[in-house]
Amino acid sequence: MSELAQEPTSTQGEGRYVLGDPIADTRAPESPVGDRWDDRKFSARLVNPANRRKMSVIVVGTGLAGGAAAATLGEAGYHVKAFCYQDTPRRAHSVAAQGGINAAKNYRNDGDSVHRLFYETVKGGDFRSRESNVHRLAENSLSIIDQCVAQGVPFAREYSGLLDTRSFGGTQVSRTFYARGQTGQQLLLGAYQALERQIAAGTVEMHPRTEMLDLVVVDGRARGIVARSVLTGEIETYLADVVVLCTGGYGNVYYLSTNAKGSNVTAAWRAHRRGALFANPCYTQIHPTCIPVSGEYQSKLTLMSESLRNDGRVWVPKERGDDRAPNDIPEDERDYYLERQYPSFGNLVPRDIASRAAKNMCDAEHGVGPGGLGVYLDFSDAIERLGRHTVEAKYGNLFEMYQRITGDDPYEVPMRIYPAIHYTMGGLWVDYDLRSTIPGLFVGGEANFSDHGANRLGASALMQGLSDGYFILPTTVADYLADGPFDEVPEDHPAVREAVEATRARSDKLLSANGNRTVDSFHRELGQLVWDQCGMARSKEGLEKALDRIPSLREEFWRDVKIVGTGDGFNQSLEKANRVADFMELAELMCLDALHREESCGAHFRVEHQTEDGEAERDDENFSYVAAWEWGDGGKPVLHKEDLEFSYVHPSQRSYK
Amino acid sequence: MKLTLRVWRQKNADTKGKMVKYQLDDVEEDMSFLEMLDVLNEKLVMDDEEPVSFDHDCREGICGSCAMVINGIPHGPQKNTTTCQLHMRHFSDGDTIDVEPWRARAFPVIKDLVTDRSAFDQIIQAGGYVSVNTGSAPEAHATPVDKVSADDAFDAATCIGCGACVAACPNGSSMLFTAAKVTHLGLLPQGQPERATRAITMLAKQDELDFGGCTNVGACAEVCPKGIPLASISQLNHDVLGATLSGARSD
Repeated sequence: MSELAQEPTSTQGEGRYVLGDPIADTRAPESPVGDRWDDRKFSARLVNPANRRKMSVIVVGTGLAGGAAAATLGEAGYHVKAFCYQDTPRRAHSVAAQGGINAAKNYRNDGDSVHRLFYETVKGGDFRSRESNVHRLAENSLSIIDQCVAQGVPFAREYSGLLDTRSFGGTQVSRTFYARGQTGQQLLLGAYQALERQIAAGTVEMHPRTEMLDLVVVDGRARGIVARSVLTGEIETYLADVVVLCTGGYGNVYYLSTNAKGSNVTAAWRAHRRGALFANPCYTQIHPTCIPVSGEYQSKLTLMSESLRNDGRVWVPKERGDDRAPNDIPEDERDYYLERQYPSFGNLVPRDIASRAAKNMCDAEHGVGPGGLGVYLDFSDAIERLGRHTVEAKYGNLFEMYQRITGDDPYEVPMRIYPAIHYTMGGLWVDYDLRSTIPGLFVGGEANFSDHGANRLGASALMQGLSDGYFILPTTVADYLADGPFDEVPEDHPAVREAVEATRARSDKLLSANGNRTVDSFHRELGQLVWDQCGMARSKEGLEKALDRIPSLREEFWRDVKIVGTGDGFNQSLEKANRVADFMELAELMCLDALHREESCGAHFRVEHQTEDGEAERDDENFSYVAAWEWGDGGKPVLHKEDLEFSYVHPSQRSYK
Repeated sequence: MKLTLRVWRQKNADTKGKMVKYQLDDVEEDMSFLEMLDVLNEKLVMDDEEPVSFDHDCREGICGSCAMVINGIPHGPQKNTTTCQLHMRHFSDGDTIDVEPWRARAFPVIKDLVTDRSAFDQIIQAGGYVSVNTGSAPEAHATPVDKVSADDAFDAATCIGCGACVAACPNGSSMLFTAAKVTHLGLLPQGQPERATRAITMLAKQDELDFGGCTNVGACAEVCPKGIPLASISQLNHDVLGATLSGARSD
């Protein structure tokens, strides 16, 4: 068929892309879902311990997924080269996760099981994830807790000395393990310490302050990376037998998000441009409980853990535009809208639903605080019921953080919260082995698309990062390496030279533009545009507007960006510019993906597709697939569909009422 | 509010630095300290001047990247607060604010306010872990941990590795950092098998690097944004003494 004949028609993106061949995950065994991972582990080939040190593995990113994978591959005896842009792996953004990590231990005897965690994660993802992957995730959750406890992660405990758990959104069991409000930090330090132990042992070679800017593909296989030393500006090449990307999500495309300032899509996007498919880019999660924006200078948003919704009650004034102080509004003039609309889950509905409900309240002029962009999260009932001391023990550090940022005391006045971008479910397409479509390129953690469907449940990101890093990648990467070691790639191989030259040219172009606008000013404009049109609610009209504007904004960026300083040394403006350049391309694909998906599912809410009472309306008949996009290389992106099959969890309309 | 900033500018490790004065006219009290510096940097770029380099990442007080001595105090005037969480409401119109990098021999300046803190990683490499390979862990509930120990271990484990303790110490000692890790792991049953060797090897590594010795000044705990208690240093000394007396060796 000619390209033209495959052009999709009518409403789905109107000829802005080309429909390619379907794609499928061929690595998951055909066995019953509960046996698949055992079967895959058994069929995965092994590498003789004596041969392992001859095999080299590049791991980019040292958060939960990357740090865990690098440490575990090092323990197995491979020669690992690990990279991070931060000055030390302990600062990867996993460190900022607050609330907890799910595991189906059923220590509470409240009816939890691997099957229930599997079921709820598939349902929570609004039936847009793969059953095989999610079941494996639920199975691995058990070993993750064991591993982390053995490393000395100081999880919260009860007086019995046993592990404490708490509840999170989207479930009625208590399966979230936590370390006060700093679970991500403690899990990351566990992985970091395991990694440092391997660095000391000489199995891992660590390259901090080194940012990957391109992927080296030789004869169809990923064989290395091109990276920039943040310290010297040197463009360097690192080669290996296999490359693993654990480089996190792309939430910073919105400029304002809860991500760290340095979090970026560059590694994943460069791999995409080299041939890796990018799946479901429009699935971006908006977290309902963040501190609202306070001014134009705002540089990032701060999350308040979802765990707060265990005891905090969300409300707005019943009266529109009521500007009384919250404590002056009597009980019967408050609308506890989540409890009213969703009586069975109440304040613990999943994130997408809680976010959208807050937006609806603010759109209807019930919002509070500056610009009416906020709702209250009130702890006065909890303080009365449990006592201030208990509330302090559970949430003390979060309350302090809130007070430090806003100047308000949440023990006395309800918190003001508003949704913000927090996590991206989309990412590089991978099969069951976490292989991308480029042989030799594996992707783990938030950087892949695999487990959360269209919406991630709280406390599942840490679980997925560690499942990928400790348990999946070490098995599947070894299976791939059983074919190696591969022929050595000379440093002057044409593919290497081409990647290095392209990287240099890009930096030079950015430096020489010498225009009139700072990198941040472009990033803010892009972020606002994507937030307005591809944020909590999306419409055909808005997405088309964004798709028309992004290419011209991108063109302006390359022409008019202003960077002071040179490329041959520490230059933070240049680092940012390289990242923003890739966000400018990703943003377009996100909007296209959102436009083509003519349904609402999970975090992707199209205003044209909602039920009478404003809930997301899925279209399983036409959209029960993963949208895996191929780089258009100047032309139109090519869409490959992976059909989703549900044999164990039958798609239904999610109801949390 | 209007502020005068005096910021340490240093091109690279090999050149001399100096304090440079800048004027900012429209600082808002809800800005964070780093957002105030963002505003300065945007202005500098438009004036064709190189922006001030500084480490920062999460901007919510947990990654440990940001590191500035503000008016002579690491992380500035607010207790238990990192630079990124410090807000401008703690300053007043007309103030002059000095902003400098960490000053410590073990943390050489890379550029402006950015220093090299990799020595901390080397201390962790010397034993700041439990030697448990992936897959070899017993069932989590096999070993109960009494709540008090678990909570105390957690308090020590909250260290973010920012280095304020070293910057505040007149000797440039990393004792509080090392002690926090030794205390965290030493209070848990999982950390017992290596407790004695850990204390010895981590302390030896710290002495081998460019850190000074500890003379119990206590400035470290005063500036620690996570409130790591000074008592953890006693715990380290206790563990080192016990290990030495019991003849523990690090080989």
